[in-house]
Amino acid sequence: MGNVPCAVKQCLSYQQLLREHLWIGDSVAGALEPAQESAQLSGFPEYVKIVEVGPRDGLQNEKVIVPTDIKIEFINQLSQTGLSVIEVTSFVSSRWIPQVAAGATEVSVFGAASESFSKKNINCSIEESMKKFEEVVKSARHMNIPARGYVSCALGCPYEGNITIQKVTEVSKRLYGMGCYEISLGDTIGVGTPGSMKKMLESVMKEIPPRALAVHCHDTYGQALANILTALQMGINVVDSAVSGLGGCPYAKGASGNVATEDLIYMLNGLGVNTGVNLYKVMEAGDFICKAVNKTTNSKVAQASFSA
Amino acid sequence: MATVRKALPRRLVGLATLRAVSTSSVGTLPKRVKIVEVGPRDGLQNEKMADHAEVLKGIQKFPGINYPVLTPNFKGFQAAVAAGAKEVAIFGAASELFTKKNINCSIDESLQRFDEILKAARAASISVRGYVSCVLGCPYEGKISPAKVAEVTKKLYSMGCYEISLGDTIGVGTPGAMKDMLSAVLHEVPVTALAVHCHDTYGQALANNLTALQMGVSVVDSSVAGLGGCPYAQGASGNLATEDLVYMLTGLGIQTGVNLQKLLEAGAFICQALNRRTNSKVAQATCKL
Repeated sequence: MGNVPCAVKQCLSYQQLLREHLWIGDSVAGALEPAQESAQLSGFPEYVKIVEVGPRDGLQNEKVIVPTDIKIEFINQLSQTGLSVIEVTSFVSSRWIPQVAAGATEVSVFGAASESFSKKNINCSIEESMKKFEEVVKSARHMNIPARGYVSCALGCPYEGNITIQKVTEVSKRLYGMGCYEISLGDTIGVGTPGSMKKMLESVMKEIPPRALAVHCHDTYGQALANILTALQMGINVVDSAVSGLGGCPYAKGASGNVATEDLIYMLNGLGVNTGVNLYKVMEAGDFICKAVNKTTNSKVAQASFSA
Repeated sequence: MATVRKALPRRLVGLATLRAVSTSSVGTLPKRVKIVEVGPRDGLQNEKMADHAEVLKGIQKFPGINYPVLTPNFKGFQAAVAAGAKEVAIFGAASELFTKKNINCSIDESLQRFDEILKAARAASISVRGYVSCVLGCPYEGKISPAKVAEVTKKLYSMGCYEISLGDTIGVGTPGAMKDMLSAVLHEVPVTALAVHCHDTYGQALANNLTALQMGVSVVDSSVAGLGGCPYAQGASGNLATEDLVYMLTGLGIQTGVNLQKLLEAGAFICQALNRRTNSKVAQATCKL
């Protein structure tokens, strides 16, 4: 559209417009500018907690193995951004004591709404997995360590295809009942669309209060932000994402996986939703890790901002 | 012309599990959405458009499909008519500076020029589609007021454009801004005459489109394979990929009449010809390259 030369990037008004959207530079991280207050729509939460899963979920699904010191630097950078939750690593063991010994302050258990997925992923049925999780969660609570539950395949399974909302609700309810403080509903293969997201959430929210729910949308089919928007409209105010959209999809080679934290924050900023996160600092951390793993970012905001 | 076709895997996990969900579940959504494919023009514009007459004359024109062409001025319009065009498109903007930089005149002057085209088009029974650029932000002026967008849109509509496509030219918009802008425009122009043209430069296109649909808009522009980068931010993406749009609409149970598989094939064809990767996530997910 139009035949305007690229020199426009230098245009002050454009810079100003971007500054307002990206909250670069002198804005206090997360503070709503006066102009933004009127832009806040009704029907959206005032505050959204972003759960950054890049260092664990993201790096776990990248081809390259990242050296420990890089991981530590990456996480330290993220700690400067205002993010309040950063998923740092994974202790894949049913015995969770090593995690505690290493100083873990929160544990996560991964369930699935699909029997086949459960079997292939952790080699047991959903029921068997729930029993194991009960032990972990109970012990964690004894030690005042909060446990977060994840439900994979909430909108579809790579093996079974369609997943019923009843099953998602049942598994979520089980995890919540055993003491998980929050249940993250994961669209593991990113096949969901706003309609299926709404139906699933309507069912789950009959059993679990929205404040105990989070959504973990994959962007494999480009649907993540639209699905997240829908979840927000329904009262969900915790969203998982990964800086730079780290982590491809293990089920579709070459496909993308996690939604990029930068793009999520951009949308939330535009909606006038508070996140407490400085987008520019997140972009810097994203730039750091992408250079370290030698990959181009999956974040469109980063692509548009860090142009060559 | 050699037809280079790559056999796409038929086992498309996402599509196989895609089950249309009743539209009633996400509030009021249109039952049917018309997709306006801008790939061949908007998407390929970075390439030369000098072969416009040859292209228009050379393509198979199937019944039931419109093949609009862009005519920024009267001379272009005359050439388009001579080449057999039945529908043309004119580009206005909601920003004075953008209009000045783009076509070297004010908004009012541009509308006068368009009026000339519209009168001639009416006399020749040719449909005219209007575009309004910078509806959610301008690379020169920054913020654009919804009132200005409504004003320009209303003028194009009253001059005779059957449809006006509202374009987020630099892709800076987010759902809230989209809602505010559409609310203002809907006071002046019926929703049936509106379309949205969202750029995906900041990854917001699909979310913005969803918002527009929730407000009753039922015509959406997109570009197969997401062809067409953004001229304002080097390396950044531009148009929303038609495949990704169709995926969402299908999942919502909204009719489009579009065959996603065939669309994927067309996307694969042009990407190969251009020697570039697709910008469509659906295409990336389904192609095992």
